[in-house]
Amino acid sequence: MIGLEHYLTLSAALFVIAVAGIFINRKNVIVLLMCVELLLLAVNFNFVAFSRFLDDTTGQVFVFFILTVAAAEAAIGLAILVVLFRSRRSIDVQQMDVLKG
Amino acid sequence: MAGVIFFYALSGVLIGSALGVIASRNPVHSVLYLVLAFVTSSVLWLLLEAEFLAVVLVLVYVGAVMVLFLFVIMMLDVNLVQLREGYTRYAPLGALVAVILAAELIGVIWFRAESLPASVSLTPRPAGYSNTEVLGTALYTEHLYAFELAAFLLLLAIVAAIVLTMRRRPGLKVQNVAQQVAVRREDRVRLVKVEPERDA
Repeated sequence: MIGLEHYLTLSAALFVIAVAGIFINRKNVIVLLMCVELLLLAVNFNFVAFSRFLDDTTGQVFVFFILTVAAAEAAIGLAILVVLFRSRRSIDVQQMDVLKG
Repeated sequence: MAGVIFFYALSGVLIGSALGVIASRNPVHSVLYLVLAFVTSSVLWLLLEAEFLAVVLVLVYVGAVMVLFLFVIMMLDVNLVQLREGYTRYAPLGALVAVILAAELIGVIWFRAESLPASVSLTPRPAGYSNTEVLGTALYTEHLYAFELAAFLLLLAIVAAIVLTMRRRPGLKVQNVAQQVAVRREDRVRLVKVEPERDA
């Protein structure tokens, strides 16, 4: 029988893969944004699984809000990306060192 | 038993597509793998009886966000060869962090599996149960203010995206609608009196 721990393990695997993706694709901002989407999907998975197994709707309401925020984040992130590409002709993260951080 | 096989098959597809997202050299392939990941998790959410969220995931993510990603990738003329450099440089560090994180998470989940509250009894839904109705009731009563805030957040995102990407280029030919509307007949029409021509 598939229990809560199976779903949690799946979501943990998804989260770990996304974190590894952030390390591997350090140069490409688009793939970084996609990895953030994967992270949010893993978190949503936890919420949905807990909501079902604890029989509480609030978890699903929370997922609804996370989806809203993620959509807004993707829109603004891509807008920033477009502006960045326009001014630098590149989306390489390593070249964004103007602030010398 | 069929549910168990289904779960493991979908999990395999989900993990595989997530690996495809991070390992693809071409961002377009990454987006397509991400679409596969979202569709697969939507089916898994259907298994968890979160029907409304499953449909919303496909509509919002696959239908809107992923198309936006594809649009941006194809609009920007990205130099792929340059972005591939140093690809494997951070792979060992990434793998190390991933292994440690996975060990921690899976350790926490499985060592505490007995004390997880409802993992033994999954209460079946009564007949006539509607996930959308329950979710809508909760959203419009208990969480109404948060819902309004979410709507405002989306409006903010629209305005921010437009403000960020709008630019005025010099020498661009644009319509001035106000001028067009304010035009009067006298500005455009000139009546001329033409003498009729006669045969000499």
